[in-house]
Amino acid sequence: MTIKALSGNEAVAQAMRQIDPVVVAAYPITPQTEIVQLFSGFVSDGLVRTEFVPVESEHSALSAVVGAAVAGVRAMTATSSNGLALMYEVLHIAAGLRLPIVMPVVTRALSAPINIHCDHSDVMGARDSGWIILFSENAQEAYDNVLQAVRIGEHADVRLPVMVALDGFVLSHGVERVSLLEDAAVEAFIGEYQPTVDVLGDEPVTVGALALQDSFFEFRRQMAEGLYHAPRVIEEVGREFEGISGRPYGLVEAYRTEDARAVLVALGSTAGSAKEAVDLAREEGLRVGLVKVRAIRPFPAAALRELLGGCEVVGVLDRSLDYSGQGGALYTEVKAALHPLEGRPRARGFVYGLGGREIGMEDLVGLMRELVPSGADVTYLGVRE
Amino acid sequence: MSVKPDMPGWKDIPRGGLILEAGNAFQYRTGDWRSRRPVWQKDRCKQCLLCWIFCPDGAVKVEEGRVVGFDYDHCKGCGICATECPPAASAIEMVPESEFAK
Repeated sequence: MTIKALSGNEAVAQAMRQIDPVVVAAYPITPQTEIVQLFSGFVSDGLVRTEFVPVESEHSALSAVVGAAVAGVRAMTATSSNGLALMYEVLHIAAGLRLPIVMPVVTRALSAPINIHCDHSDVMGARDSGWIILFSENAQEAYDNVLQAVRIGEHADVRLPVMVALDGFVLSHGVERVSLLEDAAVEAFIGEYQPTVDVLGDEPVTVGALALQDSFFEFRRQMAEGLYHAPRVIEEVGREFEGISGRPYGLVEAYRTEDARAVLVALGSTAGSAKEAVDLAREEGLRVGLVKVRAIRPFPAAALRELLGGCEVVGVLDRSLDYSGQGGALYTEVKAALHPLEGRPRARGFVYGLGGREIGMEDLVGLMRELVPSGADVTYLGVRE
Repeated sequence: MSVKPDMPGWKDIPRGGLILEAGNAFQYRTGDWRSRRPVWQKDRCKQCLLCWIFCPDGAVKVEEGRVVGFDYDHCKGCGICATECPPAASAIEMVPESEFAK
């Protein structure tokens, strides 16, 4: 184990070096650029055996990676924002073909207006493409998630691609203390790639054939089954990873929720700030807690019901708008998860941080002060009226 | 397109829409895509084989160099055979499938 001062992008690039995929095809986009730049450096320095394909667009990047995966090898790419949007068609193809591709996504606002800073509208727009989606709280988690994503996606009961989201600039460029596993430990953890399709092999196989009214539905049902197995696999892989790293991982993480009257639900780097805010609010005598959602696909509804069922009010932080008129994506899904509970807690949505607008400790503590008494259904936190 | 009761369920088909055997297009019965059925009139046929040449599917059955009828499991009813059949023969008539359902 080595401790280093790394940005989130550097940590992800180190994870990719240790995974040593046979093919990486990628196109640079702020704030993901550094991942591609560093990884191509590893290729030219001979530190990996990877065939690096410098493509002309993100659509081509993921297409090339799909081609490599269909040829029976581990393949990766990374993207951000409009690059993810350009991949949209191929996201569904990768999932539909059941290819366990791992893709770090450095979250950034979508145009227009153009903005290079963090929000989650890119990942949220791709959340129903059949990919498993993990969020990272810090650079350490981004590194750990990329390694675990390999095992989760490649699990025989799952066989689906995995996105690892890390917040643009906040995590991608912020430098933190990151503990890296030894190369040999990563090699042993991820294991040898076991392809389920290999068009270059001896057995004939047709990939991407037409499936019409009489069979398409069955293939989608199979995909759903893969996602239904994912929560168990995410937890199993998390426990195994804890064994080699000392860091536990599950679907969600609860922070001081035991006796909480009000609980915040948050994704990504904001969950880290919110832990500090919970501590400050508790010093004021407020019984508050936090649930960090790590996996948003599949959505951990059962785990959330268990953690949130006993509190009075749930405040959900969304770094994106879904334009449904009901707040953000996380808010609507948390409400749906709570719906089966009798005497369920009241839920309130807080949209914040769009286009990289900062959210401070005062914002979060202030939010918790008025969370229990009352308030609007959806609040735009920090927007100028 | 109809869902046939003997088709396998989602647990029993290869994942990801893969087809694991070569040369299996023959097993996929596309005949029920057809709305018009070519009907071959043996007495009018001059055995020029133009229908066999032009059929995009290989659904004109030929034995020992002679047309013997259509493979209705795979014929999609495009009607190219009836169009290409020389007017002097006009041995292929396109008949609506509804006529056969009566």
